[in-house]
Amino acid sequence: MKIKEIGNLLDAVCLTGESHLDSEVISACCSDMMSDVLAYVKDQGVLITGLINPQVIRTANMMDMICIVFVRGKKPTEEMVELAEECGIAVMCTEKRAFEASGILYAAGLSRSAEGKHV
Amino acid sequence: MSDTVKFHFDVDGSDFSSAGEASVTVKKKLRQLGYPPEVIRRVSIAMYEGEINMVIHANGGTADVEASDDEIVIILSDKGPGIPNVELAMQAGYSTAKDHIRNLGFGAGMGFPNMKKYTDEMRIDTVVGQGTTITMKVRF
Repeated sequence: MKIKEIGNLLDAVCLTGESHLDSEVISACCSDMMSDVLAYVKDQGVLITGLINPQVIRTANMMDMICIVFVRGKKPTEEMVELAEECGIAVMCTEKRAFEASGILYAAGLSRSAEGKHV
Repeated sequence: MSDTVKFHFDVDGSDFSSAGEASVTVKKKLRQLGYPPEVIRRVSIAMYEGEINMVIHANGGTADVEASDDEIVIILSDKGPGIPNVELAMQAGYSTAKDHIRNLGFGAGMGFPNMKKYTDEMRIDTVVGQGTTITMKVRF
């Protein structure tokens, strides 16, 4: 799935540049606990979270994630968006809650791991 | 033996919002130096966990990274409270982080186990009341 499709599916507003939107992702992780993202994420390309602080961007960067979806209408700061741009991470915001956003993306084909891709 | 590239950072412990900056910089530099992605990923995760720990528990410290042809060494040193029981601190799920740290998304007690998991060698030198130095090596 392309990152721009995630934006369409979630009625999300993209806050970073156009350049990332054609990148492909096949899996996602949903968590507000960055400790768990660091401990359990292996090859997920998308982070779905409602947590707002610069460590969300840095954590995604450490885990080689390329897209962050902020749920529940949470808005990242300008500093966070700039950092994401520097790290090559697409950032988008949706009014949907984490459960709904995750469900929509799962139903559309995103999996929890690259190996365990469901059909 | 070829040259070793060294990086040094002072990690500010007074402001949580900057926690992790050194690790982001190291990741970028290692990419520029052309290290394999999997090596960079292991170094990044281990260093980031350690850097966050230093800010949470020890009011910051220093981070040194030495990158050579076959290994990357990360040395994190602080003058914090020290770790009274290292064995306990290594257990998955054990954390002394306060609620306000958990609200920031950290303190699940996975930092040390994760640092060990992603490195080939991890040494903890700690003295209660004086500080802690953690040395991690990633070989390839």
